[in-house]
Amino acid sequence: MNRSKRRTGRRHPLATVALLALGLVFTGGAYAALSTGTAQAEAEPTSQATIEEGKKLFQANCATCHGLEAQGTANGPSLIGVGAAAVDFQVGTGRMPMQMQGPQAQQKPPQFEDEQVKQLAYYVASLGPGPDIPADHLVNGGGDAANGAELFRINCAMCHNVAGAGGALTEGKFAPPLTDVSGVHIYEAMVTGPQNMPVFNDLNISPEDKRDVITYLKYVQDNRSPGGFELGSLGPVAEGLFIWIFGLGAIVAITVWITAKSN
Amino acid sequence: MSTITSRDDTQKRSFTAAASTYVNERTSLAGFVKELGRKAFPDHWSFLLGEVALFSFVVILITGTFLTFFFQASMAEVHYDGSYVPLKGVEMSVAMASTLDISFDIRGGLFVRQMHHWAALLFVASIGLHMLRIFFTGAFRKPRELNWVIGFTMFILAMGEGFTGYSLPDDLLSGNGLRIIDGLIKGIPVIGTWTSFLLFGGEFPGTAIVGRLYTLHILLLPAILVALIAIHLVFVVVHKHTQYAAPGKTQQNAVGPPILPIYAAKAGGFFFIIFGVLALIASMFTINPIWSYGPYDPSPVSAGTQPDWYIGFADGALRLIPPGWEFVWLDRTWSFNILVPLIAIGIFIVLVVIYPFIEAWVTGDKREHHIADRPRNAPTRTAIGAAGVTFYAGLWAAASSDILATHFSLTMEGVIHALQAVVIIGPFLAYFITKRVCIALQKKDREIVLHGYESGRIVKLPGGEFIEVHQPLDEYDRWRLVSYDAYQPLMIRPNARGKITVGQKLRAGMSRWFFEDRIAPVTRGELEASHSAHH
Amino acid sequence: MAQDDHSGADLAVADSSHAAHEPAVSPGTAIVASDGFQNPGFPPHRPRVTDEDPKREKRASRTVYTLFYLSIVGSVWAVAAYMLFPIESNDVGAVRLNNMFIGLGATLALLGLGFGIVHWGKSIMADVELADERHPIGGSPETQAAAVKVFTDADRESGFTRRSVIRNSLIGALIAFPLPAVVLFRGFAPQDQLPVELLSHTMWAKGTRLTLDPSGVPIKAADITIGSAFHVIPEGLAELEHGRLEEKAKAAVLLMRLEPSELNQAPDRESWSYDGIVAYSKICTHVGCPVALYEQHTHHLLCPCHQSQFDVANHCEVIFGPAKRPLPQLPIAVDDEGYLIAQSDFNEPVGPSFWERS
Repeated sequence: MNRSKRRTGRRHPLATVALLALGLVFTGGAYAALSTGTAQAEAEPTSQATIEEGKKLFQANCATCHGLEAQGTANGPSLIGVGAAAVDFQVGTGRMPMQMQGPQAQQKPPQFEDEQVKQLAYYVASLGPGPDIPADHLVNGGGDAANGAELFRINCAMCHNVAGAGGALTEGKFAPPLTDVSGVHIYEAMVTGPQNMPVFNDLNISPEDKRDVITYLKYVQDNRSPGGFELGSLGPVAEGLFIWIFGLGAIVAITVWITAKSN
Repeated sequence: MSTITSRDDTQKRSFTAAASTYVNERTSLAGFVKELGRKAFPDHWSFLLGEVALFSFVVILITGTFLTFFFQASMAEVHYDGSYVPLKGVEMSVAMASTLDISFDIRGGLFVRQMHHWAALLFVASIGLHMLRIFFTGAFRKPRELNWVIGFTMFILAMGEGFTGYSLPDDLLSGNGLRIIDGLIKGIPVIGTWTSFLLFGGEFPGTAIVGRLYTLHILLLPAILVALIAIHLVFVVVHKHTQYAAPGKTQQNAVGPPILPIYAAKAGGFFFIIFGVLALIASMFTINPIWSYGPYDPSPVSAGTQPDWYIGFADGALRLIPPGWEFVWLDRTWSFNILVPLIAIGIFIVLVVIYPFIEAWVTGDKREHHIADRPRNAPTRTAIGAAGVTFYAGLWAAASSDILATHFSLTMEGVIHALQAVVIIGPFLAYFITKRVCIALQKKDREIVLHGYESGRIVKLPGGEFIEVHQPLDEYDRWRLVSYDAYQPLMIRPNARGKITVGQKLRAGMSRWFFEDRIAPVTRGELEASHSAHH
Repeated sequence: MAQDDHSGADLAVADSSHAAHEPAVSPGTAIVASDGFQNPGFPPHRPRVTDEDPKREKRASRTVYTLFYLSIVGSVWAVAAYMLFPIESNDVGAVRLNNMFIGLGATLALLGLGFGIVHWGKSIMADVELADERHPIGGSPETQAAAVKVFTDADRESGFTRRSVIRNSLIGALIAFPLPAVVLFRGFAPQDQLPVELLSHTMWAKGTRLTLDPSGVPIKAADITIGSAFHVIPEGLAELEHGRLEEKAKAAVLLMRLEPSELNQAPDRESWSYDGIVAYSKICTHVGCPVALYEQHTHHLLCPCHQSQFDVANHCEVIFGPAKRPLPQLPIAVDDEGYLIAQSDFNEPVGPSFWERS
């Protein structure tokens, strides 16, 4: 549990509490599973047990803001009809549960195991129809990178930067970098429009086109720039700073050596 | 060549001598070599900054020539069929496709392209640093005012070279850059609409602009630059290089190693070092990845769309204008959101160009100046320079307002407002702080001349008193600290007709401002008085 | 004119006054102190270790030729890398290796050469310092007088000052002769086009369907969910043979759907939207970048070039940044088949302001 947290060595004060709570839920769950003798290998979307687990997790972790029945409160929107994709994205990227109110929910190490994320997702999906978690063939990067690149430039690059390096929005908000994001999460973000991102439904960008966009982003993630280090893919600003600080800096150091009187 | 005249040389018909004789008898170069070969070239690291610019220009010429053999400046549409997978089949201009081919299908092509672009960034950056050195040491004073103007013209031309080159690949980033140029030109009263229309050969983007910029980039601008570089260097030879105040160095001599062989070795070696540093950067660091940007299309744009650094100040100026500075008057549109940045930058440029003449007018000093000032010894000039640098830096930083916001977790609105303050208030703050710092440093220099360096050695006097022993300066160290010009504010005197003109009043006012609080160098009398006070 | 510096201070020119060789030149407001310090002349020459210690000199020369040999190695390596790292396949990794290894070979070749030559100059070449005498830039008074005489003689012999009619007509002719060249500039743009006319119209017309950028697929109103942003071009643009980019640069539109309750519409524009769906020009009214950063909850549109912000819920009026005018709105409607169509062209020129616009 909390694998990525352990890896970074940072722990939220509440992590211990969450750890304990989840541990208890797990032991209980494991006991129940053992006693009935039916091992659950994977969360089944249709399985009532999955939805029940999801409901428990939801009420323990999400209901404060979203309401006990996900109907929404003053602190958080209704989740009825957002679909499994929205939950999988928000919780799976660690944006939810939110640490604090801010211009936008920040990406953090996820608080839940993949299994639990799915349980939450299918619970919320059971409340009302919405976009589902995409099938594997749509997110494995097997599409047309050139078509994806063109669609990415037209629909995504103005916020996320052509190289997926991210960019600024108004009032402290920002479009995050896409250099580390999994195909599933990219797909889910497109169909659900998290935070201030617009929705790109299947009639705007078809599922195959979405697969192409993911293919392009995977291509960028897998292939380092042919020119060498990318300098953050930030374009001319990074290049300018580099030439002033390192290029001209090194050359000035050399001029000092050239004109210093030899010993 | 020295062997020709050397009597001691036992090998009178050495190869060097024979070869130089052969060349000379056909070219009459001997006089030239005699005149220049053993000229002294003052040695200081900051005197090499201009060479950085010159050598990076040479690298640009070499790499650029290679690129011209492959680049095709056409905006005809083709479907890309080169090696870069995410662009295969995409419609783009021939210019873009040929630039991609240089990058992906010609071995070493990407290396040359990256070196060309990095060298261009270094070229403009080194001109900037060179100009700062000239400014802060007062090396623009008589007789070098015209060379300052020529140098500054080259700075502008270098920016033009950079911008035209940046636009040639017809990629998304540079295309949006041209879109901004188009919008900027259209905002100019009276001639704007037609200028843009003619420049782009019809409506934006048209199919002419890349070819036109290419002509400017590889023919017209380089030709002017080469001519100006030649004049610039001829002036350096005619004026001889400035030197910093040091024992033995005077207004009447130029002291340093001879051009042949030491200076030639250092400068020649330095050329290869610049070339090598650029090769290193080009082999390790991506620049202008047009394959990420994709071909130009008026609909998409990338977050973080910025020009190359040297155009940044102009882009930043556009960003800092508050909303609403555009009016319709007399049935015409007055785009002050564009005019104000253009005029502000124009005034800034004009002030920089004519600064040598302003300062000469204020001081009335008609002498030749060959000893470069230490910046602290001209506090007002240094403070003016600092104010100018702050103004420029504020505009420059504004061009990356969005990246500042994301990387320092700020709001973009906050960054813009802060930089508006920097551009307006910053120069005044920088002026006062710099002037005070300069004067404090001058006072410190006086202290050192009068009382010596603090040695850190504490001794107890017979009376029980502890004092720190001060190490007096030798005459050589002292000379560096006392050899500078002191000025006094101009007195207003009636002219021949007994009148005080407005010009004179203005000049006197500026002179008062310029030489306010000025610290004079220590004189012999002061030093003797200080010594006798100690004993 | 130049002497070697081995003799030390004897060549010092003690007088530091500017005016020594420039008689009658004003120092302006400079104070020439009567008891200022005198230039002490050159300090004694300090030999280098390579001058005194033959071993060190030998080591320095070894360093220099080693650097030159390294440079040769670098050149050979770059040539080898050209062959060892081909880029024939569709593989950016191969390009990366080709770039890096050719580059590093060239780097070694150039830096070895550069550092070697400079080191040679610094530590092995004779450590000579010279002092050149400076002369007034203007030359001697005789030379100056001679130059003036050349000009006065030329003037007298040619009659340039005296023959004012000839001179003035010459000046007039010189002013007039570049005019034909100026006129030629009109040919920079097609003769049969006028910019203001072109800037005032786009491809949008009554009944033109809104289609997706870049595919050109028409869009149904029902396809657009709340919070969506569609990048739109007019029907037929994708198939244009000529002038596609020019038309796109004016006709690009962003289509968004808001909760109708959140949309604040002016009375005269209520018919321009359809059930919360609004279409605005994507071209910034500042200097023309595509404004497409749409925030679905705040309804702000941001231009990434100069940070102008427009409020979609409020007719795209400017809320921040250098732009002045709201983005032009495209009046839209729905045709019989449910597809979105334009009611007309924009009712004002799109894009950056220009002089003749009012």
